[in-house]
Amino acid sequence: MADFLARLGRSGLHWLALLGRASIFLFRVLSAQDAVVRRFRLTLIEIYSVGVRSLLIIVVSGLFVGMVLGYQGYITLVNFGATEALGGAVALSLVRELGPVVTALLFAGRAGSALTAEIGLMKTTEQLSAMEMMAVDPYRRVFAPRFFAGFLSLPLLAAMFSAVGVMGGYIVGVGLLGVDAGSYFSQMQAVTDWREDVLSGVIKSIVFGFVVTWIAIFQGFDAEPTSEGISRATTQTVVISALAVLGLDFVLTGLMFT
Amino acid sequence: MNDDRVADTPHVVVEDLVFRRGRKVVFDGLSLTVPRGRVTTVMGPSGTGKTTLLRLIGGQLRPDSGRIWVDGEEVARLSTRRLYALRKRMGMLFQTGALLTDMNVFENVAFPLREHTDLPEELIRNLVLMKLEAVGLRAARDLSPAELSGGMARRVALARAIALDPDMILYDEPFAGLDPITMGQIVTLIQRTNSTLGLTSVLVTHDVVEALDISDHVVLIAEGRVMDAGTVEQVRAGASEWSKQFLEGRPDGPVPFHYPGDSYRDDLMRDRESGNG
Repeated sequence: MADFLARLGRSGLHWLALLGRASIFLFRVLSAQDAVVRRFRLTLIEIYSVGVRSLLIIVVSGLFVGMVLGYQGYITLVNFGATEALGGAVALSLVRELGPVVTALLFAGRAGSALTAEIGLMKTTEQLSAMEMMAVDPYRRVFAPRFFAGFLSLPLLAAMFSAVGVMGGYIVGVGLLGVDAGSYFSQMQAVTDWREDVLSGVIKSIVFGFVVTWIAIFQGFDAEPTSEGISRATTQTVVISALAVLGLDFVLTGLMFT
Repeated sequence: MNDDRVADTPHVVVEDLVFRRGRKVVFDGLSLTVPRGRVTTVMGPSGTGKTTLLRLIGGQLRPDSGRIWVDGEEVARLSTRRLYALRKRMGMLFQTGALLTDMNVFENVAFPLREHTDLPEELIRNLVLMKLEAVGLRAARDLSPAELSGGMARRVALARAIALDPDMILYDEPFAGLDPITMGQIVTLIQRTNSTLGLTSVLVTHDVVEALDISDHVVLIAEGRVMDAGTVEQVRAGASEWSKQFLEGRPDGPVPFHYPGDSYRDDLMRDRESGNG
């Protein structure tokens, strides 16, 4: 029993220390955000690497998720003779939930793990130390542009996911199952509210972008400088990000729709 | 006159340095000086904290107690801005080279110039080519770090370290894992860089022969303190038993061959007794 309590205490202290380190790291990254404007070229390169290069997976996933929603929505709605409401159902599911959440999960897997591995390797090969010794602050040169790029890219990718998803639903609903094209879009317009639905989705994806990028960059920075350490950090980025996104989604949904 | 006085003051002074990593005491009251404009070599067995000492001098780590002065400034007390200003006058050559892997050789050497100066691109190009010529790698400027051998990477890193014309260069294990030809090249480069640029060089290494060849001043450290220090001749002449064992590479002596523990006999007997029991 005493052993169990000691283990529990140690693990609690470990997590608290980790949270402390992550918070100090975040504070320093946020303090260095002026570098994002001053070194805008660096930020653009990161937006390309984190955002643009995630486009393919986001667009393809968005298309398939939209197509599945089209099918599932049709099967349910056809029982009530309300297939013209398909557009609204697809759009609401995407904009409110699936767009931000699935994009954040895919982003953690694609860009988050890459960020962690890149920064972890820079640490292991002493590139970060070398920068410090050349009087170049890694927070301004490496972390701040990457943080901003992730934070900015996720909401844009989520918007792209939802837009392509709506088209996926259209292809299946209108193209294959014969729902009227006019009702698909008019229903969508009628039931989707800008503030209630779109804005809440955007806020969600901004929060997810912040959290996932923070986790990814911090995990790389805090990784043990060995190949095993980097592998563990990369896995943790995906696992912790996924849990954080799903947990935060519940909290945010609770706050927004009650 | 004034210049002479500056030239006489040590470049680095370490006083009563205590540094711990967790429970392990790395330095326990270490004191040493690095004379200006000379090659000083800090030697000691693996794991004695030689690299840690360089990081303490460069301000990447803070001592638990004791003080380190570089160029008259106490490193641990400097604000980030002044520490960075000091680092611009200090180059460091990492054991692996630590080149930035997303840039080619040219970009790596240009990196400190681009970060710290507003020089026009043409001038940066000329400066980089001069530095690369000095290390014999002008023609390798378009290669990526992954295409370089260990020795070439270190030479590029040296070109990068001298890009801002520093007063002092810290070399972390510059000879580790090199073939004889490359080692000869690095030894010559360190010597030439030191004499032509009038730098202070601090090497940490355990390669005795190469280091003693080019050093003006030697510091031997072990168990967290200085075992011997002085010119090469002084250290060789007045060496303690420990230093003799280290300098001559004897397998046994004050540093025992066997890891400390119970006697061999007791260990064997205990096995037998427990087997019988």
